[in-house]
Amino acid sequence: DLLHKLAHSVFLSRLPNTFPPVASYRFRPVFFCVVYWRLASNISTQYPVVDHEFDAVVVGAGGAGLRAAFGLSEAGFNTACVTKLFPTRSHTVAAQGGINAALGNMEGDDWRWHFYDTVKGSDWLGDQDAIHYMTEQAPHAVVELENFGMPFSRTEDGKIYQRAFGGQSLKFGKGGQAHRCCCVADRTGHSLLHTLYGRSLRYDTSYFVEYFALDLLMEEGECKGVIALCMEDGSIHRFRSKNTVIATGGYGRTYFSCTSAHTSTGDGNAMVTRAGLPCQDLEFVQFHPTGIYGAGCLITEGCRGEGGILINSEGERFMERYAPNAKDLASRDVVSRSITIEIREGRGCGPEKDHAYLQLHHLPPQQLATRLPGISETAMIFAGVDVTKEPIPVLPTVHYNMGGIPTNYKGQVITYTPEEGDKVVPGLFACGEAACASVHGANRLGANSLLDLVVFGRACAHTIADICNPGEKLSPLKPNAGEESVANLDKLRFADGSMRTSEIRLNMQKTMQNHAAVFRTGKVLKEGCDKMDAVYQTLDDIKTFDRGIVWNTDLVETLELQNLMLNAVQTINSAEQRQESRGAHSREDFKDRMDELDYAKPLAGQVRKPIEEHWRKHTMSTVDPKTGKVTLKYRPVIDNSLDAEDCAAIPPAIRSY
Amino acid sequence: LSPRSHASMEQCSAIANAMVASAFFTAAALAPEPRIKHFQIYHWDPDTTGDKPRICGPIVLDALINIKNEMDPTLTFRHSCICGTCAMNINGGNTLASLNKLDINTSKPIKSYPLPHMYVKDLVPAMNNFYAQYKSIEPFLNKRDESQEGKEQYHQTIRLAILKGLLEHPIYIFCACCSTSCPSYWWNGDQYLGPAVLMQAYCWLIESRDEFTEDRPSKDPFSLPKKKCHTLVFKTSHNDSPHVKSI
Repeated sequence: DLLHKLAHSVFLSRLPNTFPPVASYRFRPVFFCVVYWRLASNISTQYPVVDHEFDAVVVGAGGAGLRAAFGLSEAGFNTACVTKLFPTRSHTVAAQGGINAALGNMEGDDWRWHFYDTVKGSDWLGDQDAIHYMTEQAPHAVVELENFGMPFSRTEDGKIYQRAFGGQSLKFGKGGQAHRCCCVADRTGHSLLHTLYGRSLRYDTSYFVEYFALDLLMEEGECKGVIALCMEDGSIHRFRSKNTVIATGGYGRTYFSCTSAHTSTGDGNAMVTRAGLPCQDLEFVQFHPTGIYGAGCLITEGCRGEGGILINSEGERFMERYAPNAKDLASRDVVSRSITIEIREGRGCGPEKDHAYLQLHHLPPQQLATRLPGISETAMIFAGVDVTKEPIPVLPTVHYNMGGIPTNYKGQVITYTPEEGDKVVPGLFACGEAACASVHGANRLGANSLLDLVVFGRACAHTIADICNPGEKLSPLKPNAGEESVANLDKLRFADGSMRTSEIRLNMQKTMQNHAAVFRTGKVLKEGCDKMDAVYQTLDDIKTFDRGIVWNTDLVETLELQNLMLNAVQTINSAEQRQESRGAHSREDFKDRMDELDYAKPLAGQVRKPIEEHWRKHTMSTVDPKTGKVTLKYRPVIDNSLDAEDCAAIPPAIRSY
Repeated sequence: LSPRSHASMEQCSAIANAMVASAFFTAAALAPEPRIKHFQIYHWDPDTTGDKPRICGPIVLDALINIKNEMDPTLTFRHSCICGTCAMNINGGNTLASLNKLDINTSKPIKSYPLPHMYVKDLVPAMNNFYAQYKSIEPFLNKRDESQEGKEQYHQTIRLAILKGLLEHPIYIFCACCSTSCPSYWWNGDQYLGPAVLMQAYCWLIESRDEFTEDRPSKDPFSLPKKKCHTLVFKTSHNDSPHVKSI
């Protein structure tokens, strides 16, 4: 640390040439300067670059990132965790509801029933091998968390309390509501992240906190590390490694109204896009049925799990009409659509008739205080509502991204061609919301995301431990690797166009909100694609104000905007092309699912459609960052489980709750 | 925004810019010229009640974001989600910008400062010492025999009444509001653990599943890290939780 600072004091004297290397203390820092002369102001801006070498680098320190990082440290790998936020500030902390696992504490349970529910919830777009892996590992993952110290809510006899949650059933959908969501009151994500953070302090992972990852260092199709900006002092850092794990979360901030943090900007997806690799299924954006009307803050599905109900302006429990069996605990896309239809048909609540009510005051106050203390407080602060007396005004709000970086069930990032099938990208892994394994397919069930984080975070660590050893020599890296990222940074830092970052960001958010919402139509989507293209071009005209390099949040927000834009163009273009309704992607002009066979009719005698003629396939999108042009290709869904005897795959069927 | 309030915002910016303090060197960061910027945010009155969703929401963080978006993009502060990162001093009390409601009385300015004694730039505090102190109390579960880890749930014998509010980490968010409103922590921050970390140390001491209670570094009541507590109990403006009382 001291040597690092000494080197800085040398840079401040503005010598233009390369510096002699400094003696090593832990890793070998190598210094070179990239000098850019700004002709207009005749100031040279130098970007000192520090090189680090690690066995593994994890980008992101939320639930998935932390689990991968200390899993790797535990296996003996010298690991770096690069994160733009302090670990406990990651958006995992906001998760409320819980984590699903077939522990069977409330009634008899089987992980194969959880597997069925997840496959059905994904509307048969999920890859069944990954879903098999996740649901089978779930009980072990939850017990492991509990053993780490996570203070789960308990039943009377001291076992982990499990509540009902959306889309969870017993006996392959025939046995009624299942109670398999393990929770810590209604602050499960917070508790999980703090437990993982506390546990991670036992290991010697090197944390690089408040380092903004700029790009992947790719050479010949192999990922050799990451280049990042240190926000505290503006230095550039190249983290060289044989294994890079991306766990950067989702991109809710492409929309005007979302439950996501300000920092959910899809940085990992954008890094992968700029590296020329595809992202998968980005058109599937989950609208959580109950975000607070106006503020957008999340009210957990756990409310409905504890007995809360949704009502319209007539006081009717309208979910009984849309989902006669599951009612308010139907899958999230079904509930979001139901609320939107009720509002559209004039039965919305409030003076504008533009939202629904979530009623909790029929529940015993003691239950609300024990099981739902967090949302009681949230409702009071953001909606001014006392949940023991009045209902909460709610509206479907952007919440989660099912799509992301495509991986196999082991967490390795893949590309696809029809000739060669799935091919692993060497050295690159992804887990958590940033990845698309795909366990959530076209729609995610509640409480499966926290499970996804810990299972696949751990899976990445195990896969890396299987395929390589700690201390392996790194392949050489070009001396000027990462130059373009620094050039981009410099360009943005001194950008002097006519539109502010906040203006362009707002244009993007409004376009997405108006053109790619719960219900989508071809004409509106096409208009949206054109508008989004126009907004993308305005990035060339951006203006930033903070010219400094220390804690320059203006610059960081602009980098985040670049990342958001790449996610937004892929999302809206993929949505416009997909001409069917599946899961969270609902088209008014194509109301039905289009599978290879028509599952609404008897299958005997039907001819299987070729992949070009149906839509039960993954979208793989790439972007040319210079023009914003999106190219779409498609990849088949994996329909077989990991072990057909242990767990039979579920063939597609009509999805109803 | 009414024209009248717009003009006062420009005055505000001018005052704010004129109040930039000179460089302040801390041991924590060798960054060139960290600036301490004092912000006076004059609030503007919404023209009518019940009008359409306004650009600026009802909380201080919304105001800061609005200023950054439309008036001064160089304004620097941390913000994300309900995570505790936006802790700052508002009108003399440490609180979270994302939970602090804007006072709609337009005659009173809102003064916003970073957390006391921990400056880096603008409203961003340096949290490194705070995090290091948390690490020093070993905030993780230790068992004598960890070979069975991951196989079975441990039973927790502590009663729910005590669990609630303390062990369910929920209200604990590392915001450092309480520690940075403690004068003892201002004067001896490098030696005294401060209320936040002490409270967490207590949680781990009473955790029934932990088997190394006696060996925890925080067990000794006479050690320097705890001795500096003089029970001054300065309240933070958002904190009515049992935490301050329990210490």
